[in-house]
Amino acid sequence: MPTRVIAGKTVEVDAEGFMVNPNEWNEAIAIELAKEEGIEELTPEHWKVINFCRQSAGATGKAPTLRTITAGTGISTKELFALFPKGPAKKVARIAGLGKPEGCV
Amino acid sequence: MKKIVILGAGTAGTIVANRFKRLLDFGRWEVTLVDPDPIHYYQPGFLFIPFRMYTPKDVIKPKRDFIDPPLRFIQSKVEEIDAEHRRVHLADGSVLPYDFLIIATGVDIYPEETPGMLDGEWGKTIHSFYTLPTSLALRDTLRSWKGGRLVVNVVDNPIKCPVAPLEFLMLADWYFHQQGMRDRVEIIYATPLSGAFTKPTASKLLGELLESKNIKVEPDFMIERVDPDARKIVSYDEREIEYDLLVTIPLNKGAEVIGKSGLGNELNLVPVDPHTLRAKAHPNIFVLGDASDAPASKAGATAHFSIDLFTEHFLDYVETGELPPYFDGHANCFIETGFGKGLMIDFNYTQEPLPGRYPLPGIGPLTLLQESEFNHWGKLMFHWMYWHILLRGMELPLPATMSMAGKWKV
Ligand SMILES: Cc1cc2nc3c(=O)[nH]c(=O)nc-3n(C[C@H](O)[C@H](O)[C@H](O)COP(=O)(O)OP(=O)(O)OC[C@H]3O[C@@H](n4cnc5c(N)ncnc54)[C@H](O)[C@@H]3O)c2cc1C
Repeated sequence: MPTRVIAGKTVEVDAEGFMVNPNEWNEAIAIELAKEEGIEELTPEHWKVINFCRQSAGATGKAPTLRTITAGTGISTKELFALFPKGPAKKVARIAGLGKPEGCV
Repeated sequence: MKKIVILGAGTAGTIVANRFKRLLDFGRWEVTLVDPDPIHYYQPGFLFIPFRMYTPKDVIKPKRDFIDPPLRFIQSKVEEIDAEHRRVHLADGSVLPYDFLIIATGVDIYPEETPGMLDGEWGKTIHSFYTLPTSLALRDTLRSWKGGRLVVNVVDNPIKCPVAPLEFLMLADWYFHQQGMRDRVEIIYATPLSGAFTKPTASKLLGELLESKNIKVEPDFMIERVDPDARKIVSYDEREIEYDLLVTIPLNKGAEVIGKSGLGNELNLVPVDPHTLRAKAHPNIFVLGDASDAPASKAGATAHFSIDLFTEHFLDYVETGELPPYFDGHANCFIETGFGKGLMIDFNYTQEPLPGRYPLPGIGPLTLLQESEFNHWGKLMFHWMYWHILLRGMELPLPATMSMAGKWKV
């Protein structure tokens, strides 16, 4: 697996730039990855989604789908698209240090 | 007497029942299938109906043709699964106790989940081809269609047969050529994925194939609603695509009875261990075919490979309570590409589809991720094998786990 340095820390990533080991993640990494995704500032709403996704992945072993996030956070799909433009489930998974969400095979 | 109850007698339910018929001693076991629909549908054939390559009689047969004694068949809907007391309640009022339950209720389309989809234009300018009635309605519309912009949209993933929308696009390109009107038709594919397909190599090669056929891909398009009067689809990030004819793959969800019985996730799919297909919450429930949340392709071929392995291990499991992680997510699909050609992909949970030859490395005769006429004949032959070999639970001479031999990296 390739590695890269994010926010001063060396972490393992896959071919598409998703972190491989969620335990290597920290908040500074999230801030930097968010910038790469075009999100300049992480607001409390962003953090609510990120934290939910990390909890959900901790319980199930995989990054949650969009439907799981809306059901679990009470944040609507529309708002999620405003917070994480284009592909919220994929974007938040990357920022939260989780693998790419499944469900699209 | 040990009792096995199978919910749903579609592809997976029928195959596994016929496997049990060979495997089990019916002096000690009783196997009952439950399904409200007396008809078995060959769903891959729905793709060909709008283009008049198949007629309804090519895709329907009575379920009874495939279910004989000692298998028992009850034509009724399952209303509730009471996993705690190991019994199911049927619409006809009867109650079936079980020792082992097999859930094979598949997935179906839910157009009502997308606002605007059913508001007056369904069957007119808004169509699908994922069921027999929708594919017939689309056939009738295409017959007199004068051309314009055709938009194909997938509402969300997962869907059954994830390659079917691509096949539809390429067959449409061929069909409009055939009708002498391709120059009057614009074809657009709006998909929630970031490219033509999920996995990188296949996405790239299939994307190039679509481009060569002048089919435009609008990626990352997550539909919020249809505006049936203005004839446009609108995404959550407020992109709009106008259409003259919309062909949608509506949201795919598992059966309502799964949700009602508290056994499903938000799409009514049953959470399972992906390597054994056993329900996470109940060690005596297995979920075969499309009905589980396993991240495998929802395809008849996947069901068949997994059932091969499931039945191999079932009796050991009954005896010892132990199950090895037997299933690798193996799937393969033929992809019709139009003009009498097709291609094929072969993959599993961890290995993405790659170019190569199948099933004999270096020889084929099927080509992976590459168009050929033979692949097209392969798909048509599969139709015959489905009715005569697969459903009857007979073995195909193909290995059930995936092999890397004969594949190459690009
Ligand atoms: C357009 C299209 C093209 C496809 N092309 C291909 C292809 O080329 N190759 C391929 O391998 N696969 C293809 N597939 C997918 C394939 O048809 C499915 O993956 C397969 O049929 C799944 O089998 P299943 O048994 O899980 O579900 P199904 O075969 O759908 O059966 C489910 C059964 O459950 C029953 N049921 C539902 N609810 C209840 C209830 N409450 N009580 C009792 N019974 C119930 C239904 O009546 C049905 O008979 C295609 C599908 C479509 C729609």
